[in-house]
Amino acid sequence: MLAWTIYLSFAGALIEALLPKGKAMHARCLALAVSVAGLAIAVSGFIYGMGRGRVVLIDVPWVPTMGIHYLLAADGISRVLVLLTGLAAVAGVLFSWNIEFRTNEFFAFFLALIGGVYGVFLSFDLFLLFVFYEIAIVPKYFLIAIWGSTRREYAAMKLALYSFVGSAMVLIGLLAAYAASGSHSTGLVALGHANLPVSSQMWLFPLVFVGFGILAGMWPFHTWAPTGHVAAPTAASMLLAGVVMKLGAYGCLRVAIGLFPHGLDPWGFSFIGVGSWRDVFAVLAVVGIVYGALVALAQTDFKFVIGYSSVSHMGFVLLGLVTLNQIGVTGAVLQMFSHGIIAGLLFAIVGRIVYDRTHTRQLAELETMHLSKRLPFAAWAFVVAGIASMGLPGFSGFVAEFQVLVGAWIAKPWWTLAAGVGIVVGVAYTWRATQKAFFSDKLPTPEEHPKTGWPSFAAITWPEATGVALLAGVSLFVGLYPRILLDAIEPAVAALLAGGGR
Amino acid sequence: MSGFPVLTLLTVLPLIGAAIALMSGKHARGVAILTTGACVVLALFVWTQLPANGSIGLVEVHKWAPSLGIEYHLGVDGLGALMLVLSAIVTLMSVDAAHRVHHQPGLYFGLVLVLESGLFGSFTALNFFHWFLFWELSLIPAFFLIKLWGGTKRGPAATQFFVYTMAGSVALLVAFLAVFVATRSMDFQHLTLLASTGELEQMVTSHLGPVTMWLAVGVLAGFAVKVPMFPFHTWLPAAYAEAPSPVTMLLTGAMSKMGVYGLLRIAVPLFGHQIAQMRTPLLVLAVATVVMGAWAAAAQKDLKRVFAYSSVNHLGYCLLGIFALAVPYSLGDAGQLASQAAALNGVILQMFNHGVTAAALFWFVALLQQRTGGHRGIDDFGGLRKPAPVFAGLMGIALFSSLGLPGLNGFVGEFLIFRGAFSLAWVASTVSILGLLVTAAVILTVIQKVFSGSVPEHCKGFPDLHTGERMALAPVIGLMLLIGLLPQLIVDSVNPTVQNLLAHWRF
Amino acid sequence: MNYSDLFRITLPEAILEIAALLVLIVDLGLLRKAAVKVRLAVAVFLGACGCAAALIPVEMQGASWLTFGKGIDSTLLGTGGFIAVAQTGILVLTILTLLLLFDSGFTKHIGEFVAVVLMAAAGGLLVASAQDLLVIFIGLELLSLGLYILTAFAKNSGKSAEAAMKYYLFGGMSAAFLLFGFSYFYGLTGTTNLALIQYRITLTGPSPLFYVAWILVVAGLGFKIAVVPFHLWAPDTYEGAPAPAAAFIASVSKVASFALLITLAMNWWLQPGGDLAADGHSMEQILRAYYQAWPQLATVLLIAAAGSMLLGNLAALAQSSVRRLLAYSAIAHAGYILLGLAAHPTFTGVGNAVDFNLANLFATQRTIQSVLFYVLTYGLTTVGAFGVVSVVERATGSDKFDSFLGLHKRNPVLAAVLLVLFLSLAGIPPLVGFWAKFNLFAAVLSERAGAVPFALVCLAIAMSAVSLYYYLQVLKRAYVMPAVDESRIKVHPVVMLVLVGIAAAVVLLGVFPTVLGGWIARF
Repeated sequence: MLAWTIYLSFAGALIEALLPKGKAMHARCLALAVSVAGLAIAVSGFIYGMGRGRVVLIDVPWVPTMGIHYLLAADGISRVLVLLTGLAAVAGVLFSWNIEFRTNEFFAFFLALIGGVYGVFLSFDLFLLFVFYEIAIVPKYFLIAIWGSTRREYAAMKLALYSFVGSAMVLIGLLAAYAASGSHSTGLVALGHANLPVSSQMWLFPLVFVGFGILAGMWPFHTWAPTGHVAAPTAASMLLAGVVMKLGAYGCLRVAIGLFPHGLDPWGFSFIGVGSWRDVFAVLAVVGIVYGALVALAQTDFKFVIGYSSVSHMGFVLLGLVTLNQIGVTGAVLQMFSHGIIAGLLFAIVGRIVYDRTHTRQLAELETMHLSKRLPFAAWAFVVAGIASMGLPGFSGFVAEFQVLVGAWIAKPWWTLAAGVGIVVGVAYTWRATQKAFFSDKLPTPEEHPKTGWPSFAAITWPEATGVALLAGVSLFVGLYPRILLDAIEPAVAALLAGGGR
Repeated sequence: MSGFPVLTLLTVLPLIGAAIALMSGKHARGVAILTTGACVVLALFVWTQLPANGSIGLVEVHKWAPSLGIEYHLGVDGLGALMLVLSAIVTLMSVDAAHRVHHQPGLYFGLVLVLESGLFGSFTALNFFHWFLFWELSLIPAFFLIKLWGGTKRGPAATQFFVYTMAGSVALLVAFLAVFVATRSMDFQHLTLLASTGELEQMVTSHLGPVTMWLAVGVLAGFAVKVPMFPFHTWLPAAYAEAPSPVTMLLTGAMSKMGVYGLLRIAVPLFGHQIAQMRTPLLVLAVATVVMGAWAAAAQKDLKRVFAYSSVNHLGYCLLGIFALAVPYSLGDAGQLASQAAALNGVILQMFNHGVTAAALFWFVALLQQRTGGHRGIDDFGGLRKPAPVFAGLMGIALFSSLGLPGLNGFVGEFLIFRGAFSLAWVASTVSILGLLVTAAVILTVIQKVFSGSVPEHCKGFPDLHTGERMALAPVIGLMLLIGLLPQLIVDSVNPTVQNLLAHWRF
Repeated sequence: MNYSDLFRITLPEAILEIAALLVLIVDLGLLRKAAVKVRLAVAVFLGACGCAAALIPVEMQGASWLTFGKGIDSTLLGTGGFIAVAQTGILVLTILTLLLLFDSGFTKHIGEFVAVVLMAAAGGLLVASAQDLLVIFIGLELLSLGLYILTAFAKNSGKSAEAAMKYYLFGGMSAAFLLFGFSYFYGLTGTTNLALIQYRITLTGPSPLFYVAWILVVAGLGFKIAVVPFHLWAPDTYEGAPAPAAAFIASVSKVASFALLITLAMNWWLQPGGDLAADGHSMEQILRAYYQAWPQLATVLLIAAAGSMLLGNLAALAQSSVRRLLAYSAIAHAGYILLGLAAHPTFTGVGNAVDFNLANLFATQRTIQSVLFYVLTYGLTTVGAFGVVSVVERATGSDKFDSFLGLHKRNPVLAAVLLVLFLSLAGIPPLVGFWAKFNLFAAVLSERAGAVPFALVCLAIAMSAVSLYYYLQVLKRAYVMPAVDESRIKVHPVVMLVLVGIAAAVVLLGVFPTVLGGWIARF
């Protein structure tokens, strides 16, 4: 049933491409219908899967001589991430409602990207996972190159090449693992049981982890992310930061940690406090958290602030993954979901609601525009999104970051302290951006000077309001009732860490 | 106990009111008055439902996220219930005082009501997640209330307020994470039990190493910012001065009590031993708060800043009382126990009384500002006794209560604190007397400058309190007199809780 | 020699020759006065029918040999097995190339062009099935001479003449090298039969002279497949030749040449046994000796492969003409294929003879199968690519990147075909180019363990990543950048059908790779 999310998305993409040009509303409605259908399937699949472990959706031999199967399955982690994709897809369509230029092609690429993402999260055959992973690269390029803004061609090419290089590294790892395990099968479960020698795992693990980590925005391979997010059109930024970066993190978890767990073992020697790949990647994750936050603090372009904040938040995900304990990894998966929603919301406000009306993203210019009066919806929506992004309790980010920090405490306390610094700086840059963009001190209060009749902006449209309500509502709901996702994630994480039945 | 979920209702009611107020535009104030009035009634009801033995009552427990130790656990004892009553009363006063909000009244009163919900939530929470949620929840409306309706320097004031409080919150959070890692529990009652047998320290040490002292510092830092304690108080004068006076009433009347409550509910029960080890430096800081607050108040020219620093001074007495009673139990010293009980009773009473008094004082300042076109300097007024005798009389009572005149409510708390603290930490108490003296001087100066002397130009024609205002202010003043003359109304309900708390605290 | 055998085995070539003559007769005789369009249609139709007819004997014949005496030392030609796969590929690609003629207007001499194409294709078939040095040479010359003529066919274009001249001179020189190497083979072993040469060399052990000869042969053949350092003709020829000719060079001659390389690399398995044992050596001993000798021979191939991958991709980055880009990409792809070929399994285990036979039999076939798969699908994709290029050239007058601007508006279907083909060349799933690469690399890693093959596979994958950049440059022009001229580009319906068919095949074969893979394996 969940597999239909993939098929519907690709079918929708194909039909969009064939739609006659000039009828933008048809394209939008079709895209909305497909994405809502995908979300509905994701939700029903999630509910159906509650309490069940891994459910195989379809298992058909694809290339029998090489042991490659078209194998789709879903465990708790997959279901949660499929749910995220559904939400991000619907929100993305809503926030792209105003696109008039080559609308049907836009939604064709959009739905193709969504289909690829669904495919990655549902694949349980490594080859198939890789195929879907690569399928997602090309639509990204075109979405940014055609409909983007600042330096879009450069950003699109950079993004495509970085992703491709990352996937090339993964391909090498995949081929090596396949060959080393006797070339019988590419199923994740089978490869997981193959028990590759530790020496192989020692170099396969970092190779594949870095390969996926590039897409997850791991420092120092993150440089594509801020440029790409800024250049991309709103819906693409939402998807990029919200879902596509999670593909990388998911790959790190499912493939790198799942198949090469011994790659994280201690090396036997220690070099400036680093004694295993686990330490290395923990350091990189923490650096990413703090570096991303500090750089975000210094930005003058609103969207860059959000772009760097994505790097910082993904650092939390990676840190949670390398803690290798139940609570840390659960927190990482929850953070994937939470940040996906929140990043989508932030980009939607900055891109669609503010930029499309004010035509500037420079904080210095926005300061003079008195947006808290002229765009109160945007101001207050951003306050809510900012609160969620800071990780204040009541929203999903708090529970996720809390779990990651606890997991880090258990693993190595100094990781927690460094990450805590990141949280504090996160508060600072979020607050700074909110203040500068919406609640600047530079303007008089209405008590001091009466209204001088500033021109008003275009009204908030229903798709924008719906999108904001959807995303903010989900984050709030998960923040207040995290159990609904935790009950699905925890057993899956336990199974993955235990090694059996991956 | 699974009766009617009164505490949940109390916490949710202001949120519902906030939603309605947001949409009511001009009628928001009316909605807010109705909601806060209902909350006062409900809080008083809770007060009457307390168990007689001082333990936690009106408990509501539900599973929330068990794997993370998160439970929906509410309950109140005498301390908590008193704080609920205080918050309800102060919020009602604040809403009453704010009858000239022209700009976005719906948003203003909505934020005030959300703040009230945050207060109620944090005073009834018994699980860290829930408590922290409402602790942070109260921060956001406060920030926006200062930022959007404040005075000329509201930007930096709001910023400082936000940054300091957030930094404190992060310290709290990190410390509590460590506690969770060690004990897998976030329940205050359970943790108190662990701490009282010394198990908490053992668990922390075995899981994380000898970091219990650091955790205690972290937790104390979080609350030290909120109370505030010297030297983390620097955000307060600016925030109190720049916020509109009704908001200041809330800040000083209720929000500052969150800090002291946190010390009593979390810091002392869990880290009593560590606090006892740090007692001397802490007492020094408490005394510094008292004395510095008073001296600084004497130096101010702006009435709001006078009262702001005076608040710091009054809350310093609470700190003095708390740290003074942090002495290890010595067998056979019944007097020590009595002193501790006195001090603690005093602290709790002082929380209530100061809340009411300070809120009333800022209310009067608001009235002064309104009637004289924005003036609030100490030298801007004079001789108001003549044109507005009722005003002068009521404000005078409030001022004397702040001074600590016997017969008024301000006296009772301070008296009990000193009674307990003298035998437990006589040096600190003696030095704090200075604070009392200086405060007296300050208050008397204010009285003299505002009410006697010649009447300046802009104060001629200063109208006296009209009927509506008298009806609003009279109960508050009456309460001050009532508590001052019959403190046992509160003490009788609080004392069992005090005994209960002391029994569980291990120094 | 049995003349009926000769007739049977050379039937495909014969059919093609007859078809060529028929085309000439019809075109120059019967249709002298007819319009170009009619002549074109008739000629192409006849040519395609000829190829289709030639397909029948290719498919029908199993493995068999044409000998002029008894014993393995007299085999001239072979059929069946991978030879049949290669020949089928050649014929199908020829048909497609002929169909592309419909849109091009570079010449009025249609009949001659089609005839030369068919004769060159016959040469290709011969090359693929050759088992004797002299037959190899005959086939190669037949193929090459035809290609030189085809390259020069655009009489009005100076570039075409220049390209043909370069191709001819270069080709002549490498033919000389080839012949020189062959002469050494003969001198060392006293025979021109491939199987016997290998047998005798492995018995005595390869001598330094043999290595020299081998290098010379590789040089000669390397020219045909355009690997480094024998690639210098490729960019100019691809640029100057008329589009159908370039398509033919890029696809058919590659298939034929690689088939020949396969023959050289693994001639053993198709030989009838028996005669070897008469010399007192067992099959296993001989095989063992051969497999121990092969890695040294393969080193030359590996170096050429690595060089091609590097130079092909890196040089392509700097191009501004799509044809030259395709040329350098062809060099790169030849490098990948050569890697697959060179990573022939080594016989490292000295264990059970029975194990050795069965295990390595399949293994050898696996690498060979993946090479064939790659070459065929690459040929298909290239024909399609040149088809698109030729259409755009006709409409805009040049093949520079900028003539593709706004293609998605001018002809959306054509742009979609371009998208599919170029992404397949870059190796993006689920297109067939990705599967071909994956299959090849998996086969290499499964059969040859060790640092060198692994490093080369890493290099290949890294270079594939680089290639995405330059393919995207063209696609960027087609889809992203604003158009300069927005007029519609018209395409002849047959050509459009062919291109769409190729694109569809690329997609379908990529999604269901077992269709082609299984068919190859059946042989």
